[in-house]
Amino acid sequence: MPHLGKPHWLRELIAVWGFAQRNYYLTKRYFWWDLVWLVYTTANALSIGFIGVAAQQSAETTSQFTTFLLIGTLIWSYLSMLFDILSETVSWERWEGTIEYTFMSPASRATHLIGTSIYAVIYGIVRMIIMLVTISLFFDLRLSDANYGAAFVVLAVCSVSLVGFGMVAAVMPLLSPEKGQQVTFIFGSALLLVSGIYYPIDVLPGWMQALAKVSPVYYALDGIRAALMEGAALGSLWRYIWPLIIMGAIFPPLGIWIFQQGEQFAKRTGRLKRSG
Amino acid sequence: MDKVYQAENALELRDAMKRFKKKRNEYSTALKSVSITVKRGEVVGILGPNGSGKSTLVRVISTLIIPDGGDVRVFDIDAVRHPKEVQRHINRVSVEASFFKKMSSMENLIYGAKLYGVTDRESKPKIREILGSIGFDLNRVNEPMEHLSRGMQQKIALARALLTSPMLMLLDEPTTGLDPRSKKDVQALIRGIRHTHDASILLCTHDMDEAEELCDRIGIMLDGDIIALDTPHALKQRYQQDGQAPNLEEVFMAATGASMEDIEAKKLEEEEKKAGVK
Ligand SMILES: Nc1ncnc2c1ncn2[C@@H]1O[C@H](COP(=O)(O)OP(=O)(O)O)[C@@H](O)[C@H]1O
Ligand SMILES: [Mg+2]
Repeated sequence: MPHLGKPHWLRELIAVWGFAQRNYYLTKRYFWWDLVWLVYTTANALSIGFIGVAAQQSAETTSQFTTFLLIGTLIWSYLSMLFDILSETVSWERWEGTIEYTFMSPASRATHLIGTSIYAVIYGIVRMIIMLVTISLFFDLRLSDANYGAAFVVLAVCSVSLVGFGMVAAVMPLLSPEKGQQVTFIFGSALLLVSGIYYPIDVLPGWMQALAKVSPVYYALDGIRAALMEGAALGSLWRYIWPLIIMGAIFPPLGIWIFQQGEQFAKRTGRLKRSG
Repeated sequence: MDKVYQAENALELRDAMKRFKKKRNEYSTALKSVSITVKRGEVVGILGPNGSGKSTLVRVISTLIIPDGGDVRVFDIDAVRHPKEVQRHINRVSVEASFFKKMSSMENLIYGAKLYGVTDRESKPKIREILGSIGFDLNRVNEPMEHLSRGMQQKIALARALLTSPMLMLLDEPTTGLDPRSKKDVQALIRGIRHTHDASILLCTHDMDEAEELCDRIGIMLDGDIIALDTPHALKQRYQQDGQAPNLEEVFMAATGASMEDIEAKKLEEEEKKAGVK
């Protein structure tokens, strides 16, 4: 029994790898679905790019507006992917019928969610690169001054908060197997609406603007747009980065904690699964 | 760690209770007050009709359901207070094989093992050995699970449990719904486990022959209670009539007042009636 002699942290680390690798296997086995989904998302991004081309007259503003829209599309497709993968943790395993085996294993909930996040980030980045390359074949983007390094830093910090958001949303199906996933969906669409993905948030009604201020996606988009379109230096992006750091420090631990509470509730009320 | 190896009993349940809320102010009682002990190396069977609470019992021990009251100790560790410690030493096979359908058996198994801290390097040779011993064609280890027969999936579920070297195995109707041939195979595999793996086993079933053949002691469960618990021999003696040793089916009838089939048929009828009323 070699695994029983291993130190605790090593067993958890092996399990983190196990969760990440499992999701890789699933992508591989559902490859055609993933491909179809990527094609769909890319086509969607392209069509939004063409809206930009159609809407403006002068070459200068067209390129600027199109770049604005496409950055939004691309970043949202990445961040919503993170959110979706995390928030479907429970419902997916319920559908496969494996949830009880995951929840009775000695791997901790933090391990479970972190392993899932690591995979989601890698998968999301690969997708984003493919989309970016495709998009740049079609449009004349205004990226000559872009500060890619700074944009990357903002995106990385924001990814941490989104993962936390996803963890909070993932608990819903534990509380209610029937309605949980629907609540998660509403959560995701609220993020889409208020975060200023295709428009600056000043066009929104006041109360929606207030909501935007607690959405990490809003800070990420503004920060990344400044970095890519104006070549803003990292230092000048601080006003976007510090709220993201705070949210990134709060949301994931909060998400894991809430998830653990949800798990206890499900185990008390018999909601994890009921058949057999 | 040491504590686990010194514990006298693999499992000790005292007055475990569980009820589930159905609607407002309406509850169904799955476990009334269940006490049971499984000694180290022992195989204990739980024989009961559908709905008698067998799966709830297994879930309480597997830390998937928190009991409303009572004591659950696995190798002398409190399963309600220290679930993580208990989880390392147990594994479970249930009616449904419960795998990622599109993933292969190899992928499912190395994933399952990693959750218990077993690396690829440790699990792969063991997987080949176990799969070989259950007559699995190793050329099929990369095929999606969903291409395999139910019987084969169930054997792989047993392999998944064995990979983590559990000291207590919880088997919840592992042969229900299998064809006779697979059933025999799975039963042979279970018999082998006690010899080669030094595991204690709790086996829930509603198959009389299976219980009699595999178990050291058998508990008869009805409506959330274990109403009798003893060796098959002692059970038969207790319920003998006119000096005639009854078979296990007759023991069940004597203990519960009806045959397993009648109890299940009645239950079904009641449920249909209730559904009809609505
Ligand atoms: N998760 C659950 N939620 C609500 N009721 C449940 C749940 N699990 C079991 N029950 C109820 O508890 C009783 C015992 O069920 P179960 O433990 O599955 O019995 P068995 O495995 O012997 O068929 C049944 O009446 C069943 O409807
Ligand atoms: Mg059952």
